[in-house]
Amino acid sequence: MQAAQTTVDPAEVAKFEAMAAEWWDPKGKFKPLHMLNPCRLDYITRQIAGEYDRDLTAQKPFKGLRLLDIGCGGGLLSEPMARLGATVVGADAAEGNLPVARIHAEQSGLEIDYRHTTAEALAAAGEQFDVVLNMEVVEHVADPQAYLTACQQLLKPGGLHICSTINRNSKSFAVAIVGAEFIMRWLPKGTHEWHKFITPDELFALIRGAGLDPVDRKGFVFNPISWQWSLSDRDLSVNYVTASLKRG
Amino acid sequence: MDNPDCRRILAGMTYDSDILIVGGGLNGPALALATAQTGLSVTVVDALPRAAQAQDDFDGRAYALALSSKRLLTALGVWGRVAEYSQPMLEIKVSDGRAGEGPLSPFFLHFDHAEIEEGPMGFMLEDRFLRRALAEAMAEQDAITLLDGEAVVSQDRDASGVSLTLASGRVLRGRLLIGADGRKSGTAQRAGIKRTGWDYGQTALVCAIEHDLPHHGVAHQFFMPPGPLAILPLPGNRSSIVWSETHDNAAAFDALPDEQYMQMLRPRFGDFLGQIRLAGKRFTYPLNLTIANNIVADRLALIGDAAHGMHPIAGQGLNAGLRDVGALAQVLTNATRRGEDFAAAPVLERYQQWRRFDTASLALATDLTNKLFSNDNPFLRFGRDLGMGAINAIPGLRRSFIREAAGLTGDLPDLMRG
Repeated sequence: MQAAQTTVDPAEVAKFEAMAAEWWDPKGKFKPLHMLNPCRLDYITRQIAGEYDRDLTAQKPFKGLRLLDIGCGGGLLSEPMARLGATVVGADAAEGNLPVARIHAEQSGLEIDYRHTTAEALAAAGEQFDVVLNMEVVEHVADPQAYLTACQQLLKPGGLHICSTINRNSKSFAVAIVGAEFIMRWLPKGTHEWHKFITPDELFALIRGAGLDPVDRKGFVFNPISWQWSLSDRDLSVNYVTASLKRG
Repeated sequence: MDNPDCRRILAGMTYDSDILIVGGGLNGPALALATAQTGLSVTVVDALPRAAQAQDDFDGRAYALALSSKRLLTALGVWGRVAEYSQPMLEIKVSDGRAGEGPLSPFFLHFDHAEIEEGPMGFMLEDRFLRRALAEAMAEQDAITLLDGEAVVSQDRDASGVSLTLASGRVLRGRLLIGADGRKSGTAQRAGIKRTGWDYGQTALVCAIEHDLPHHGVAHQFFMPPGPLAILPLPGNRSSIVWSETHDNAAAFDALPDEQYMQMLRPRFGDFLGQIRLAGKRFTYPLNLTIANNIVADRLALIGDAAHGMHPIAGQGLNAGLRDVGALAQVLTNATRRGEDFAAAPVLERYQQWRRFDTASLALATDLTNKLFSNDNPFLRFGRDLGMGAINAIPGLRRSFIREAAGLTGDLPDLMRG
C-alpha cells in the first residue's frame, strides 16, 4: 500500500490525522467545498466519461487514465478519481496539505501519488496526463496565462482539461466575498481577491491562448432554499466550470 | 509491512461486504436488494431464524402499500412475485363514528382512485407473501449474504469501516452499517443515538376477517372516540382490521376468546359487509411514537422503524420505511458513481437531510390526526365533521389528499417515480 510514501515523523501523525478529519468533516471548516463537491464531481465524471467513452455504471470506469489534480488540498477530488480507477497524481503548493491527504488516502485504502509541487515544475519535468483537473486554482495564481500554458503542456494530445473558477461582476463580489467570507464565514477573510476573478470570456481567451480548445461550460448555482448546488447551462454569474481539449 | 500501524490499517481494509444490514424484516431486505443493484455487496444479519419467519398460513397480518411503495418493489424485482396476491384499494372512505353507528355518519371523506391518473392509490398485501418474495429475491442475488438466527453482540466503527461481533463469535467487517432493527434498534442504542417519543395510551388490535358481502376494493377508516378503526380490503371476501383502543380496553378485549372478541368488534363495524368471522390469528401492538434524534452517524444509517417508529394510523409505517430505502439507495448509488466514499459523513448527511423533515412531519401529522379524532368532545366532533365535509367538497383539495395517500407527494426517490 501507501506506507512507503508516508515520510512524516510519527510524532506528527496524530496532528495530521486530526487535520484530515477536519478536511473531511462536512460541517467543519471546508463545509462549502463539501457542499459543492457532488456537483463538481458530476461535471468532472460526465466530461471524462464522455471524452474517453467510459460507462459510469461499470466498476472502476476510469481505469487506465492518468489524471492530475492541481491544488489537491485534502484530496476531495483525488480520492473519488482514484476510486473510479484513475491513476492519480495530486499536486499542491501548500506543503502542509500533503501529509493530511496521504493519511486520509491510507485510511481509505487508496493509492494516490501526492506531491509537493506546481504545474510549472511538473510540465518542466515532462509529465503527461490524459486529464488535468484545475479546480478553483486559476483565480489564485499570479500569471494565469503562463499557468494555463503549463496545464496545456501537461496534457497528452487530445487530453481533457477541466477548469473552474469565479466570475468577476457585482454579483460574484456580493456572493463570494461579502457572502461567503464575511456573512456566512464559510471561508477565511482574504481567501479571495476580487480583482483576480476571471470572466468566462476572459478565461476562454486565456485557454485558447494556451493552445486548448474550449468545448463546454456550465455554471455551479447555489439554491438557498434546497441548500444545494446544481449545474446550470445558462447561469455562469458566480462559480463556473469549463472543459477544453488539447489540440492533437 | 512490519509497521504495526500499517498492519492494523490493512487488516481493517478487508471487508466481508460493502454494507452490513442489521435486521432482516422488510426494510432491511429491500435495502439489500436496492444496493445490490448498484453493484455493492451486502450482508444481512437477522436475529430471527428464517424458519421462524417462513409462515405458509395466513396469520392475519397485512400491509397497505402506497402506490409509490409498489413502484419501489417493482424496481427491486419483488412486486412480480406478489402481484397476484394483492388487492388494489380503489376507494378510501373516512368517516366519523361512534360504536354502534357504523359507517353511517353524514359527513365523510371519499377518495376515489379515478380522480388521479396513476391508478389505484394503494394495495393490500399479506405479510407472509411480502416476506417470502423478499427472501426469494435476496436468494437470487449473489451479492447478498443472509445470516439468520445471529444476534449482534457489539459494533465498532472507525475511519475505515465497521465491525460487528455476533453471538456465535463471528466478526463481520464492512464499510457501512445499516440499522434496520426496528423501533428498539440495538444498532442505534450501541451508537449512542437517543430517541424522542411518547406513548399514545392506545393499543392496536389487529386481525383479519371473512365477510359475506364483497368489499369492492373500498378501504374504510372510522374515527371512533376510543381510537380509529380501519377496515382494509384483502383478496376475496376478506378484510384486514386495525382497531385501536385504550391500553386497558385492548388488554381486556385481547383476553377474550375469539367469539366474544368478535362480539365486541361487530357493533363498531356495522353490517355493510354482512356477517363477519375471524380469519387467522389476533395481534396487539402498543402504539407509541419513537423517532431517532439522528438517523446517521459515522459510517452508520438508520432506516424504517429504527429511524421513526410511528403511529400506524394511515398504514404509513412501512411506506415511510420504503421511502427511506429508496432515498438511501439513491444517495449511495449517486455517491458510488461519482467515486465518493459512500459511507463518508458528507454522503450520509444527504440522506439525513432528505428524510428528516419528511418523517418528522409525517409522524407529527399522524399523531395530531389521532389526537383530533380520538375524542368525543361534541365541539371537536362538529368541527372535524365540517372540515371533512369541506375537504370532500373541493375536488382539488381531495385530489391532493389522494395523492398523499398514494405516496406521490414530497421529494420522491427515483425508484418510486415509476
